[in-house]
Amino acid sequence: MGGWAIAVHGGAGVDPNLPKERQEEAKRLLTRCLDIGISALRSNLPAIDVVELVVRELETDPLFNSGRGSALTENGTVEMEASIMDGPKRRCGAVSGLSTVKNPVSLARLVMEKSPHSYLAFSGAEEFAKKQGVELVDNEYFITEDNVGMLKLAKEANSILFDYRIPTIATCGAGAAAMDSPLQMNGLPISVYAPETVGCVVVDKEGRCAAATSTGGLMNKMTGRIGDSPLIGSGTYACELCGVSCTGEGEAIIRSTLAREVAAVMEYKGLSLHEAVDFVIKNRLDEGKAGLIAVSKNGEVACGFNTTGMFRGCATEDGFMEVGVW
Amino acid sequence: MGWAIAIHGGAGVPPSLPPEKRLPREAGLRHCLDVGIAALEARNHPLDVVELVVRELENYPYFNAGKGSVLTTRGTIEMEACIMDGKTMKCGAVSGLSTVVNAVSLARLVMEKTPHIYLAFGGAEAFAREQGVETVEMSHFITPENIERLKQAQEAGRVQIDYTQPDGAVADGDGQTGTVGCVAVDNEGNLAAATSTGGIVNKMVGRIGDTPVIGAGTYANHLCAVSATGMGEAIIRGTVARDVAAVMEFKGISLKEAAAYVVDRAPPGTTGLVAVSSTGEVAMPFNTPGMFRACATEDGYSEISIWESPSK
Repeated sequence: MGGWAIAVHGGAGVDPNLPKERQEEAKRLLTRCLDIGISALRSNLPAIDVVELVVRELETDPLFNSGRGSALTENGTVEMEASIMDGPKRRCGAVSGLSTVKNPVSLARLVMEKSPHSYLAFSGAEEFAKKQGVELVDNEYFITEDNVGMLKLAKEANSILFDYRIPTIATCGAGAAAMDSPLQMNGLPISVYAPETVGCVVVDKEGRCAAATSTGGLMNKMTGRIGDSPLIGSGTYACELCGVSCTGEGEAIIRSTLAREVAAVMEYKGLSLHEAVDFVIKNRLDEGKAGLIAVSKNGEVACGFNTTGMFRGCATEDGFMEVGVW
Repeated sequence: MGWAIAIHGGAGVPPSLPPEKRLPREAGLRHCLDVGIAALEARNHPLDVVELVVRELENYPYFNAGKGSVLTTRGTIEMEACIMDGKTMKCGAVSGLSTVVNAVSLARLVMEKTPHIYLAFGGAEAFAREQGVETVEMSHFITPENIERLKQAQEAGRVQIDYTQPDGAVADGDGQTGTVGCVAVDNEGNLAAATSTGGIVNKMVGRIGDTPVIGAGTYANHLCAVSATGMGEAIIRGTVARDVAAVMEFKGISLKEAAAYVVDRAPPGTTGLVAVSSTGEVAMPFNTPGMFRACATEDGYSEISIWESPSK
């Protein structure tokens, strides 16, 4: 058996022009979250508790696109979603359409443990939150100035990019910054797209795997839009063999049931974690852009992405630790 | 080869189902199967076929989808549906609908007319209005049988997720725990799947089940198309629909073997599915006591069943 291992991510698809200090800020946050996870693992907390703890930290910090700092809907509001899965019995919980719940990942856990269901959304989820007494705040709490600016850019970009599926290079107007990079994800220039979904995967000393993912979703999304993050098998998956959390273009992740795919090739093809992650990223994404982090019950950790960069960090019990962007 | 189609009207049928409840459902399956057969014979694309057939199933009040949907704990309707095209792997899903007459058609519009895959609740209803799809008062979907089912479930103090209680009591007298679904393949190997449901009786407001979760209740790729039914929470955890295709691909086994494998591994009493493969195979396994189902293939074979051998 390999001991514990942990990985965190803050989104796949990074603007190559991202200012250095933003990159450093992101690395500091990832390091802090890893440290929180590592201490929890050293205190023998089970994997499911560790992933929740770490994702709560990522949600609370406004830097990435989850909890506070979430991307905004077309109406300028925040609708958050999250899911969590516990490998041993594959118990799972998910939430969507949250607008006042401070920590969506914790509500997802409560759905898993305190409700007869696996997935609650919108006003039903908010009601459940009230009944459970979780911390609630006004929707404004989650909205940052940065994102208000991003929404404006996204709207301007969309008025030029009329069909998100057709990769066109926008030609004018929508802010010099947005047009600096011709890279696009989900039809938006990468500087505006801000995927930055967060996630954490952990295997504890007992070989139990867990995974959790949380996000505000796509910038300028239609209200009511659900992405891959709360969908078990797409954005999040954990079983006896591994724990996986994905990020990137929601549609690509859903169509390829990306998180489940890693586990399926391990289970049915007998691939190792690293082989499975490579296989899935190379073969299952077609033109879609995404990334993922994964751990195996044997204490291995892996990440893969076909995007320019993914904010990530990982650590294993034998002392290995790494935080990266590219 | 040739075309093939399979439909289901829900897994989990109590052995005590009286004829007055069984006959209309068999008639419904017969009617919907015929609609599907005619559409395939007229060379319609499987995506159109599954949508058409599921619309029929939704309109038929004896199945738990569209009209005849089961009720939430508040006595309201929250419908969900999903559709997937095997060749392109494009998909669409909707949840939390209470006025849209045909949820499966709205799911298709999400797939074709938005940059997203899945819309829910207020946002989905608003989209429905923008698209001009048929909407009605919520009362249209509510049937007296479902009001009664809700009453029984609330008196029994539980959510009807497992009618196979150890004490043998089935609070729901006529097994309305399922969903509806259709899978089809044409003679060029194009595959599609669609599923639609009202959910589970006495569910919490806002509860989403397996039906709209791609890979759980609905899935299609170049190998097969699958629509599952049963206990939503177990189907999600088991990524049932996706696993049938994965097992075919990675173990190199037939559709029938793959479908049986996946259903046998699911907790007893929770899972049933219908599936077709690109080569025209059909499978309809279930580990529940019964599943309303029907299938037909181009060579003239057709079947409508409720009981008989599981893992068929």
